[in-house]
Amino acid sequence: MAERERRSTPPFGGVFVARTQVLDADDVRRAIWRMAHEVLERNHGLDDVVLVGLQTGGVTFAEAMAEALAKIDGEAPPLGTLDVAFHRDDIGLRPVLPSAVTEIPVDLTGRVVVLVDDVIFTGRTIRAALDAVHSYGRPRAVQLAVMVDRGHRELPIRPDFVGKNLPTRRDEVVNATLEGVEIGEMSKEHR
Amino acid sequence: MSARHLLGIAELEVADIERLLRLTDSFVEVGRRRMPKVPALQGRTVTWLFYESSTRTRLSFEQAAKRLSADTLNFSVPTSSVNKGESLRDTVATIEAMGVDAIVVRHASSGVPHQVARWVSGSVINAGDGWHEHPTQALLDCYTIRDHLGGLDGLHIAIVGDINHSRVARSDVWAFTKLGAEVTLVAPPTLLPPSVEGWPVRVDHDLDAVLPTVDVVYLLRMQRERMLEALLPSLREYTACYGLTRRRVDLLRDKAIVMHPGPMNRGVEIAADVADLPRSVVIDQVRNGVAVRMAVLYDLLGSGADLSRDLPGRDAR
Amino acid sequence: MKTIAIRGGEVVDATGSRRADVLVEDGRIAAVVPEGEGRDLVADVTLDAGGCVVAPGLVDLHTHLRQPGAEEAETIETGARAAVLGGFTCVLAMPNTTPAIDSAGVAREVLELGRAACCDVRTSAAITVGRAGEQLTPMAELAALGVRLFTDDGTGVQDGRLMRRALEYASALGVVLAQHCEDAVLSGGGAMNEGAWSSRLGLPGQPAEAEEVMVMRDVALARMTGGRVHFQHLSTRRSLELVAAAKAEGLRVTCEVTPHHFTLTEACCASYDPVFKVNPPLRTDDDVAAVRAGLASGVVDCIATDHAPHTPEAKEQPFDQAPPGMLGLETALALALTHLDLPIAEVLALMSWRPAAIIGADDAHGGPIAEGRPANLCVVDPSATWTVDPDRLASRSRNTPYAGMRLTGRVRHTVVDGEAVVIDAEAQR
Repeated sequence: MAERERRSTPPFGGVFVARTQVLDADDVRRAIWRMAHEVLERNHGLDDVVLVGLQTGGVTFAEAMAEALAKIDGEAPPLGTLDVAFHRDDIGLRPVLPSAVTEIPVDLTGRVVVLVDDVIFTGRTIRAALDAVHSYGRPRAVQLAVMVDRGHRELPIRPDFVGKNLPTRRDEVVNATLEGVEIGEMSKEHR
Repeated sequence: MSARHLLGIAELEVADIERLLRLTDSFVEVGRRRMPKVPALQGRTVTWLFYESSTRTRLSFEQAAKRLSADTLNFSVPTSSVNKGESLRDTVATIEAMGVDAIVVRHASSGVPHQVARWVSGSVINAGDGWHEHPTQALLDCYTIRDHLGGLDGLHIAIVGDINHSRVARSDVWAFTKLGAEVTLVAPPTLLPPSVEGWPVRVDHDLDAVLPTVDVVYLLRMQRERMLEALLPSLREYTACYGLTRRRVDLLRDKAIVMHPGPMNRGVEIAADVADLPRSVVIDQVRNGVAVRMAVLYDLLGSGADLSRDLPGRDAR
Repeated sequence: MKTIAIRGGEVVDATGSRRADVLVEDGRIAAVVPEGEGRDLVADVTLDAGGCVVAPGLVDLHTHLRQPGAEEAETIETGARAAVLGGFTCVLAMPNTTPAIDSAGVAREVLELGRAACCDVRTSAAITVGRAGEQLTPMAELAALGVRLFTDDGTGVQDGRLMRRALEYASALGVVLAQHCEDAVLSGGGAMNEGAWSSRLGLPGQPAEAEEVMVMRDVALARMTGGRVHFQHLSTRRSLELVAAAKAEGLRVTCEVTPHHFTLTEACCASYDPVFKVNPPLRTDDDVAAVRAGLASGVVDCIATDHAPHTPEAKEQPFDQAPPGMLGLETALALALTHLDLPIAEVLALMSWRPAAIIGADDAHGGPIAEGRPANLCVVDPSATWTVDPDRLASRSRNTPYAGMRLTGRVRHTVVDGEAVVIDAEAQR
């Protein structure tokens, strides 16, 4: 689940108020292209690579990356989406409802799965995603691409491909879309 | 869910039903995975309290709980202390003392899940009580209809048979109509409830006239003991008037589907060859039952809807 | 025996009302001193009746005391204590005990136990042996012991021919036959009123007609035999219409209704709490309105409690399996005062002197408060409010449907046979 969405779910939530724009749409596009090249380089091509966007914030980035890879390499890798709600470690603590149905188009056994998300923060979403991926087979390797790494990890997890390293305070909120990356906070005022 | 329990469809809001059906979509996907199991309810315990024999509902709930990684405790009534005269309340207190998060109750008497719900701090799920309700059956029926016909809004559904003694009918009437379908009950007057005042349904006694107008024909199981209560002259006459025969199937629209909560009496409410037609979706109902029950268990135990469970102070109880 | 002075109240009986003090000596009313006469009564015990009504003790024609056979639910001792706390000085035990009160031996046992209890315990007896509806009980022998009312309560006498013979036989004895009106085949084991609510809740219902056909039959038999019939706990509009017509015709019929049938409706069953299961079942709003109208118009002769204690274990069964019945003695008067739009004198008529007359208990109960009369009295504070708390009831059981309900009108003192058995709403023994 995207960070922004999770944090805005009652009773924790509020309304996101942007304070600073860190990247604009062009910066984001360039970062995606760079990460696409890094994926190709690391895996010596796209054989066996499957892109899996994490619901909901990672899905558009995964689509954009697939598009970039198709332009660079001529062929798009298989693209899936994954909702990790049922694998989260905070079930029962707060409302954890899946936002969309997971779609994994191929058996993941023997594949290189590149998980794609918008922002990595505590690492708990990725832990859940690693758990979920194994329901679809035994991948040869799992790699992680994120648009923004904002630090504050609570688990020994590190992304392989990063669009932007962005030091933040814990109480700040990062909003990353194809239109840009902003830092802001949740206003407690509900409008 | 607004409450801790699932006791009946009548108490649910439309939004509750819709959320459960959306959640079912996700669990149907889980069921298709190479490893169709998620850790969502790890550490939670679900137990069955079935005072009435039921193979399919019980297995379906058990499969649902296991796919959610919940621990399950089987309370087998025929071999338990219930036969030694233990009261329902004592049995429930005993089970609860062992530490369970949800009790799934099936009982031949209407209202037992409501009574149990007053005695426990965990969740109670009604798996069928007397003639009253069978909410998970109604949810899986809605899901199956939605799956085949795209939605329920604007559909016309005929529920045919022993309405008065049917918990399935009492749940389906509310579920179907809340989701926007029109419902017609088709039965001889002796098998209708004494009053349908306040029910959002029409009543008809002529199946042949109703069939060409419906999108779904839902057949109820006809029980033999009804003959002894002077409710019907004979099964033969029932089949002649209300059975879904091959001839009657031809009255249906092309896309209309045939449903049955099972177990079917082939040759009574449904002709043997009709039960096996492609438009008969009985097996889909059973298949969807697991995902629906996962959705219900997850919604009650896993979605954090009952946030007070984990708030400080709750332990003082 | 201690003398008692009841001071400062308003004395209300069938003859009217006046402010007066009452002196009780040796089980009888020794003096009634109107206010302003200035005589100061001297007594061992003085009961304050300021703001209260001093009335003849209440009489309940329908009390299940459960002894012998179900002492875990109630005993004659605990039932009598509940009675006096509710203002009753006389209760009539119902015969559906184990064994049934169908012989002189069992009747004697009940009366013997009753003598040690804190109110006047009288007993009814069954019309048929074992309440099985087949053979008449020894009515003459039972009448000689003082039984004035016969009933198979818990069930109705199904066999019309047998009911006819019972009425004919009883007419020579000067006793009244009372009927629990329920055609058992038509009611078919229904757990609540048949109708919109039973349909919705999926509970087997019993139709109003199961009661009404038996009222109809027994009106016909009363006409045929000239016998005295008392209809117990009537609960439907048409039952009361049938009784009204029979009375207009001059037949010797009387009837009672219960507090729950003028306060609660079938909608209560939606909780599936068996505390609301009772027989006859709680009916519709329209029936409740008809019962209230019948109380106001005089078609209904009296209010009877149908006090029916059951253990928690019994009432924790599923709704359709739990036994029917609810407690009544300790709440009946307050419910009548709170929920009936009747003057207190009319409520007292329905609960004291009219029921007393039906069973010939008017020699000791319900009579005028006058010098020389037996001292069976209750002192009621009509404006006191209280909340029903099942754990504070004197009954051995807890199955009141009124738990948590606020009621207006409370019994302050009760005097039975010249003894103050309730003082300031506390039982004295």
